[in-house]
Amino acid sequence: MREGVTRSGSHLFPAFPYNAYTKLTDDDLKALYAYLMTRRPISATVPSNTVPFPLSVRALQEGWKILLFTSGRYQRNPSKSDEWNRGAYLAEALSDCGGCHTPRNSLGGEKTKEAYAGAVIDGWIAPPLKDANPSPAPWTREELFSFLRTGASPLHGAVGATMTPVVRDALALPVVPDSDVRAIAVYFSDMDHAGAGAGATTREALATSDLAIGQEYDADADIYAGACIACHYNAGPVPLAARPELAFNNALTLSEPTNFIQVVLKGVGSADGAPGLVMPAYGSSLSDSEIARLAAYLRRTRTKYPPWSDLGEKVSAIRRESAASY
Amino acid sequence: MTKFNLNGRTVSVHCPDDAPLLWAIRDELGLTGTKFGCGIGFCGACTVHVEGRATRSCITPVGGIAGARVTTIEGLDPEGTHPLQTAWLELQVPQCGYCQPGQIMQAATLLKDYPNPTDRDINAIMAGNVCRCMTYVRIRKAIKLAAKRTRGEVTHG
Repeated sequence: MREGVTRSGSHLFPAFPYNAYTKLTDDDLKALYAYLMTRRPISATVPSNTVPFPLSVRALQEGWKILLFTSGRYQRNPSKSDEWNRGAYLAEALSDCGGCHTPRNSLGGEKTKEAYAGAVIDGWIAPPLKDANPSPAPWTREELFSFLRTGASPLHGAVGATMTPVVRDALALPVVPDSDVRAIAVYFSDMDHAGAGAGATTREALATSDLAIGQEYDADADIYAGACIACHYNAGPVPLAARPELAFNNALTLSEPTNFIQVVLKGVGSADGAPGLVMPAYGSSLSDSEIARLAAYLRRTRTKYPPWSDLGEKVSAIRRESAASY
Repeated sequence: MTKFNLNGRTVSVHCPDDAPLLWAIRDELGLTGTKFGCGIGFCGACTVHVEGRATRSCITPVGGIAGARVTTIEGLDPEGTHPLQTAWLELQVPQCGYCQPGQIMQAATLLKDYPNPTDRDINAIMAGNVCRCMTYVRIRKAIKLAAKRTRGEVTHG
């Protein structure tokens, strides 16, 4: 757990997150051990690994460790509150949030100078968690708590892809209490510098909600009106939780359209996202060029960011990869 | 096999996970109130509720609604007297009728979110439900009548 070494003395591959677990306290490690020892033993064969040669040579992992691994316990930040430190400890030592949200270098090590700057994982973007994140509404601790506890928050939308099991299993009740989820929210909302109120951004975003209703003679808006607005429409001063407001959604504000394209192609199942909400899969009804036009239309009308490039090609590529992975 | 709750009872269907929910409802479970229109999520005729939210069943994969609560037009109200249904009858909204179950299911979500909808709200939320008979004017009236009744401003008789 702390040094990435097996019982027999060989080096583990860093797919096992010992780079995070090395920060666990003695007490928590003992507790984990005690829990595991209460499980009924079974006889199982370790699946053979599929890492290609020469990376498959475990002895070479020692070199990787020398370059990219620092052993050591979590160091408390005395200038921050107990709750902040609890959140930092859970995020760094136990949850390994950086495993997905921190970009990696060519050797697969986390770029520590770019911690939480966002990265691609399994064909989706794990968004930046720092103030560099392009969400129009700040990730306040309340928003983040709601997102991590329920899978959705009014000003940021719903959870998806590999983050779903994090919310539904890893951070779920009854094992993880509200206080721990709140501590993680405190830690990351501080990192996001989310002190500012969301009032003005909320008003600005909601002002875009009823675009495409009128006769705009815009063929792109027509796709939106036909397929999307029935759910993604909000009236009034705050968006409804069950009507995700697209002007807030980071699927539109990230620098790449990856997550937007994935969601449109595959929809959102009942296990993903906000509890019970589903979104149909438009993969079989919209062509690549229609999805590209929809993406361009929403990026143009709902965000202040420059247009995405090569949309048609990106939609085709993601559709091909998705088809191959089934 | 996918299990879900349909109009209050647990059902299981054997179609593949990527089959449209609409197929399961009409062909396997035999409830034909929900209609097939365009098949690509652009006309609204296939609208059902998943956990109370209007959802196009023709492009929603069965696997995606496992364990969820699905309501069709048959289950909107046990007696068929949902305020929208009575308003629909009273104002004789349908002409050919084909799109109307989808219109009513969509309107039910609209009223839940916006009990006092403006024309703009109705335009937006009903935009994805098309009607070739052009009953839009009566649909709008019926939604407003049902909204008033639900808020208790108009009584029957």
